[in-house]
Amino acid sequence: MPLEVHDRDYMFAGHVGCPGCGAAIAMRFVLKALGEKTVMVIPACCWSIIAGAYPQSALKIPVLHTAFETGGAVASGVRAALDIKGDTETTVVTWAGDGGTFDIGFQALSGAVERNEDFIYVCYDNEAYMNTGIQRSSSTPYGAWTTTTPGRDWKKMRKKNIVEALVAHRIPYAATASIAFPEDLFRKVEKAKAIKGSRFIHIFASCPTGWRIPSEISVKIARMAVQTNIFPLYEVEDGVRYTINFSPKGYLVKEYFRLQGRFKHLTEKDLDQIQSMVEEDWKLLLHKAGGS
Amino acid sequence: MKRVLEGSHSVAEAVRLARADVIAAYPITPQTHIVERLSDFCADGSLKARYLRVESEHSAMAALIGASSAGVRTFTATSSQGLALMHELLHWASGARLPIVLAEVNRALAPGWNIWTDQTDSLAQRDTGWIQLYCETGQEVLDTTLQAFRLAEQVSLPVMVVLDAFYLSHTYEPVDVPGQEEADRFLPAFRPRFMLNTEKPCAFNQMAPPDVYMEMRRSIQDGMKVALGGFAEMEEEFRRIFGRSYGAVEAISCEDAEIILVTSGTITSTCRQLLKELRSRGEKAGILKIKLFRPFPAESIRGYLKNVRKAAVIDRNFSFGSGGIFAGEVKAALCDLPERPEVFSFIAGLGGRDVTISDLESIYMQTKSQDVPPQESIWAGLRPLPVYAPDLKE
Ligand SMILES: Cc1ncc(C[n+]2csc(CCOP(=O)(O)OP(=O)(O)O)c2C)c(N)n1
Ligand code: SF4
Ligand SMILES: [Mg+2]
Repeated sequence: MPLEVHDRDYMFAGHVGCPGCGAAIAMRFVLKALGEKTVMVIPACCWSIIAGAYPQSALKIPVLHTAFETGGAVASGVRAALDIKGDTETTVVTWAGDGGTFDIGFQALSGAVERNEDFIYVCYDNEAYMNTGIQRSSSTPYGAWTTTTPGRDWKKMRKKNIVEALVAHRIPYAATASIAFPEDLFRKVEKAKAIKGSRFIHIFASCPTGWRIPSEISVKIARMAVQTNIFPLYEVEDGVRYTINFSPKGYLVKEYFRLQGRFKHLTEKDLDQIQSMVEEDWKLLLHKAGGS
Repeated sequence: MKRVLEGSHSVAEAVRLARADVIAAYPITPQTHIVERLSDFCADGSLKARYLRVESEHSAMAALIGASSAGVRTFTATSSQGLALMHELLHWASGARLPIVLAEVNRALAPGWNIWTDQTDSLAQRDTGWIQLYCETGQEVLDTTLQAFRLAEQVSLPVMVVLDAFYLSHTYEPVDVPGQEEADRFLPAFRPRFMLNTEKPCAFNQMAPPDVYMEMRRSIQDGMKVALGGFAEMEEEFRRIFGRSYGAVEAISCEDAEIILVTSGTITSTCRQLLKELRSRGEKAGILKIKLFRPFPAESIRGYLKNVRKAAVIDRNFSFGSGGIFAGEVKAALCDLPERPEVFSFIAGLGGRDVTISDLESIYMQTKSQDVPPQESIWAGLRPLPVYAPDLKE
């Protein structure tokens, strides 16, 4: 089915992301939905590199590169300046990685959304610090190898549930999205754009380099994350109204894990345990959405 | 109009007169009166600014980096731990060439907790690319804050207005508060050369590889050099409108002086008192007050000190493993003179300890009585510390 989206692009063809980079795909879709009246704040992450070095930029919108932990605060300042100048039309967007969102930038993000600053915060999630060479973050899933969780020290903690943390702030809009579901992603960004106050979009963005997968299965892996319930697609309005956007047919997590080098050390037993963890999380979500 | 104002409120009045557009701040003693007063101004509508009550000093500076990049006039205030927390972003603000103004109330760094005055917090930020201006009186605090915006916007560099905790921040003094019309004449609306603009999309602060980074750094230094001359021109304009000026340095009775006390901040006022007594006794003493610390006015300092026999630099700060920070800078400024004074370095008043006239007199007498200064800084007025030594035996 062809995607019913205009063919204007706000990203140039040349950028310096790796082949198959999910973060680059995510940016292209999100900008299509936002349009040219957008100012973007990018704290340190792979996108600080992908966007290109001085004097070039891969993006056709104004971009403010900022320090790693400042995504929420810098965007608050940009918004305040535009407001005082009477510009309420321009959308202010923070574009940050999982490290900049779940970890070092969490305080500034929490502060910004508690004040209900009028901006969209997009976290593209590649489940580790990729810019610095695949170190674990609090978004790295249970079971994963990274360069700081090598060998038998593979990560034994669950992935932090960032959307629920944001929902707990009772923000007007929070949603998950995936590069493998462009219609859903597009709709969510357009919906977020029309809402006032703090909006949060968590995009699953596969990383061939860090996940040890061939670049051509980047989108397939992202699709499987949704189909296995590892990364459910849902949205939450005003911190209370949950809507699940995709009900999978129950693929097994094994199939997803087996394709990725970062999980290759896991035993059948580990995978069974992960399967039950995923089911537990899914039930919890269904419960919140009033589905069970 | 003359009003009796607390030093903190002098800062706030100047920020109102400057018509700041975005303020972001986080409370810390002894800076809080500044941001509380600015909150009042925003609440009563006498200042039409967006006020961001952020969750940390780090986010205060980050928010102003965002706002200033979008082309509006910005202000924050902090002290000590708060300034230290901002450190990374202080570099960011100057590197991005943003004319942010920050009022910094000098307070000692912990541990132990100490809210009293000490310059080590601001001087520890001397390499961050901020212009630094040290104040002595309430009037100077107000005037310097207003001046800071103009200087910052002229050279596209951030400016720190520095004032002593309590001695200035919480002390009431009669202050001449300019009218809005005069203030507007001195400080026209901010017209940035570059800003975030969807009509003219640009990327700011992006990756700068080795082939361009050095030139970018050099341009900051070029801005600092312009600021040195720009400060004098700006003050000249200020004097034309308001009839007051301070100078990057102020020389008091230096023409025939044999020993010059080099000071900054409120210690200068106490020295002025001492100077009267010394002069009445026929002592050939003088004071050189340093107001502009970055860019460092080495040329004029050389001019005033080159013909004296001795200089005593009084530092309410310390660089561990080295010495008094102003003293180090003064010595560096003098080192290539063929004939130079002996420079004595004194450490006094750390953590808000009172520096009295008699303390300063003793500093003067020590300088007078010794031909050659010791290698290390002299800590004035050290006392034995009461030690609590618990019995660690079983
Ligand atoms: C204060 C600070 N600490 C560390 C870094 C180094 N650093 C830059 S990007 C990055 C990781 C970014 O991870 P994430 O936000 O997940 O984005 P990704 O690179 O994965 O796209 C780190 C650790 C930094 N720039 N600033
Ligand atoms: S490391 Fe991963 S996220 Fe970063 S550019 Fe490469 S593929 Fe994209
Ligand atoms: Mg990441």
